[in-house]
Amino acid sequence: MSTDAAPFLKVEGLGKVYPGSPEHVFDAVNFCIHQGEFVCIIGHSGCGKTTILNVLAGLESATMGHVFMDNREVAGPSLDRGVVFQGHALMPWLSVRKNIAFAVRSKWPDWRRAQVNEHVEKYVALVGLATAIDKKPSALSGGMKQRVGIARAFAIQPRMLLLDEPFGALDALTRGTIQDELLRICAQTHQTVFMITHDVDEAILLADRILLMSNGPQARVAEIVRNTMPRDLAKGRLRATLHHDPQYYRIRNHLVDFLVTRSKDLSHGRAPAHPPVVTPGLQPETEPRSPPVATVEPIPLRRIA
Amino acid sequence: MNAATLIARAAARRESLKATLLSVLLLLLFLGVWHLATTSPAAMPAAAAQALTPEQIEYAKLMGKDPTGLAAPSSVSKSGFPTLAQMGSTAWGHLSNPFYDNGPNDKGLGLQLLHSLGRVGLGYVLAALVAIPLGFVIGMSPLIYRALDPFIQVLKPISPLAWMPLALYTIKDSAISGIFVIFICSIWPMLLNTAFGVASVRKEWLNVARTLEVSPLRKAFEVILPAAAPTILTGMRISMGIAWLVIVAAEMLVGGTGIGYFVWNEWNNLSLPNVIFAILVIGVVGMMLDLMFARLQKAVTYVD
Repeated sequence: MSTDAAPFLKVEGLGKVYPGSPEHVFDAVNFCIHQGEFVCIIGHSGCGKTTILNVLAGLESATMGHVFMDNREVAGPSLDRGVVFQGHALMPWLSVRKNIAFAVRSKWPDWRRAQVNEHVEKYVALVGLATAIDKKPSALSGGMKQRVGIARAFAIQPRMLLLDEPFGALDALTRGTIQDELLRICAQTHQTVFMITHDVDEAILLADRILLMSNGPQARVAEIVRNTMPRDLAKGRLRATLHHDPQYYRIRNHLVDFLVTRSKDLSHGRAPAHPPVVTPGLQPETEPRSPPVATVEPIPLRRIA
Repeated sequence: MNAATLIARAAARRESLKATLLSVLLLLLFLGVWHLATTSPAAMPAAAAQALTPEQIEYAKLMGKDPTGLAAPSSVSKSGFPTLAQMGSTAWGHLSNPFYDNGPNDKGLGLQLLHSLGRVGLGYVLAALVAIPLGFVIGMSPLIYRALDPFIQVLKPISPLAWMPLALYTIKDSAISGIFVIFICSIWPMLLNTAFGVASVRKEWLNVARTLEVSPLRKAFEVILPAAAPTILTGMRISMGIAWLVIVAAEMLVGGTGIGYFVWNEWNNLSLPNVIFAILVIGVVGMMLDLMFARLQKAVTYVD
C-alpha cells in the first residue's frame, strides 16, 4: 500500500465527553487508514477504544471531530462497514445459516433464496464451520461463535471491517487458530480492517500499523508503530515462525514499554495530537532500555513520516 | 450413548414413577376421607335423634333433614354433601351428554363451557391485539412509557369485576360486558411483559441490525419480536390464567350462560354434586389452557 495516496479512512480531531463528566475521555484523536490496510489499536481499558470503533461504525456519535470514509463523512451505520462485536452478538434463536442469511438479505434484499443460501455457505466454509451450519449458537463453543460473527461481517463484503477485541474471551489455542484464519481471509480479500486488541502479540501478527493510545482522560493516539515484520502476500505472517525473528522482540518490547510505563504519563492530553510514526528496531539509535522520564513532549523517537 | 447417561435416565424414570405413585396414593387418600366423611355420619344423627324432642324432629324434617335416618338408605349422605357414588353418577350424566340444551336454565356442561371459552377467547384476543402492539411502542419509547406509566399503575390493580357496573351501564349488554371484563383483566400482564421484553432486548442485537441498515419493520419482526417472544408469552400465559379466574366470577354476576353461571345456578338449586363437578371441570380446563401456553412458550424460548 502506498502512503501518499489519499487515505481511505480519515479520523480528524475526534473527541468524546460523556454527560456529567468534566473531561474528555479522548480528544484530538487523529489517524488514517489506507485501502487494504490492517490497523490495530492498543491501549488500556477506559481510553475510549471501543467508543472510537463505535464512532467509525456509526453507532455512536463523537462530541467533536469528524470521520471520513472515502471522502464522505460517516454519519450513521452503514453496510459499507461490517462490525464484529466483542461478544459475538449472534441471535440465539437463529441457526448459524440464518444468522448469516439475515446479514446477507440485508445487503442484497433482491436476492433469491438459493442465491442467499449459496453465499452463506461460501462464507461459513471460509471460517471452517460447514459442518455446524445448521446448529444454533448455543450449541457452539466460544471460538466457533466468534467465527460465525466474523463470517457474518465478511459475508456482506463491507469496504471496511471493524473488530472490537474479537478474540478477548477465547483461550490461547483457539485464538491462535482464528487469528490464522483471519490473516488468511484478509490476505485473500485485501480487506481493510480496524481492530481493537489488548494482545500485543496479536497486534504484531495481524497489523500493518499499530496505533498506541495513551491513557484517559483526554486519551490520544500517541504513536503509530509501523509493523516491519515481513508479510507473505498469499498467507500473511506465519504465527509459527514469527517469534524467531529478533525484530519481533524489538517491536514487542516497544509496545510493552509503551503500555506499561509511557501510556499513563501521556494522559490528560500530554500526547501529541498528531502522532509520530515509528519503526522500532530499525532506527539509527537503539531503543532506550529504561523508558524516558515523562515530560510534556515525551517522544524520544524519530519521526519518519 | 454411554452407561452414565443410561443410568441417569433410569434414575430419572424411577423418580417420576415414584412421584406418580405418590400422586395416586394422595388421590386415593383424599377419596377415602371423602367417602368416610360422607357416609359414616349416618349413624350419628340416629343416635342424636334419641335426645331430640318430637317437636325438634318435626322441625328438622321440615328443614329437609331427617334425624331418624329412616327415610334414606345409608349410601346417601345425610349431611347434604354428596357421596362418591353420587358424584360418579353426576359426572357420568354430564360426560355422557355434555351438549344438550333444554332452555335457558338447563344446558349441558359442555355447552356452558363453550360459552365461557368463547367469551374468554374473544376478550383475550382483543386484549392481545391492543396490548402487544401498545407494549411494543411503550417498550421502544421511554417517553411514551413514562407518559403512560401513571395510568397503567392506577388501572392495573383494579379488580376486573369493579368495571362491571360501568360496563353494563355503557354497553347495555351483559354478554359484551362479560367480554369487556375479560379484555380489561387480560390486558395488563400482556402489556407490561411486552413492554419489558421489548425494552430489554440486548443492545448488541439492535446494533447488529443498525450496522446492517435493517428497516424498522424488519427489525421489529425479525429481531425484537423473537428476542422478546419468551417474555411476551409469559405475559400471555399469566393473562390467560387471570382471564380464566375472572370469567367464572363475571358469569356469576352477569348470568345467562357459561360455566360460572352454571355453578351459581346449581348452588341455587342446592345441587352440590353439580357444583363440585363444575369446579373440577373449571380446574381441568384451566390446566389445559395453561399447558397450551407452556407449549407455546417452550417453542419460542431460546438458549442464550
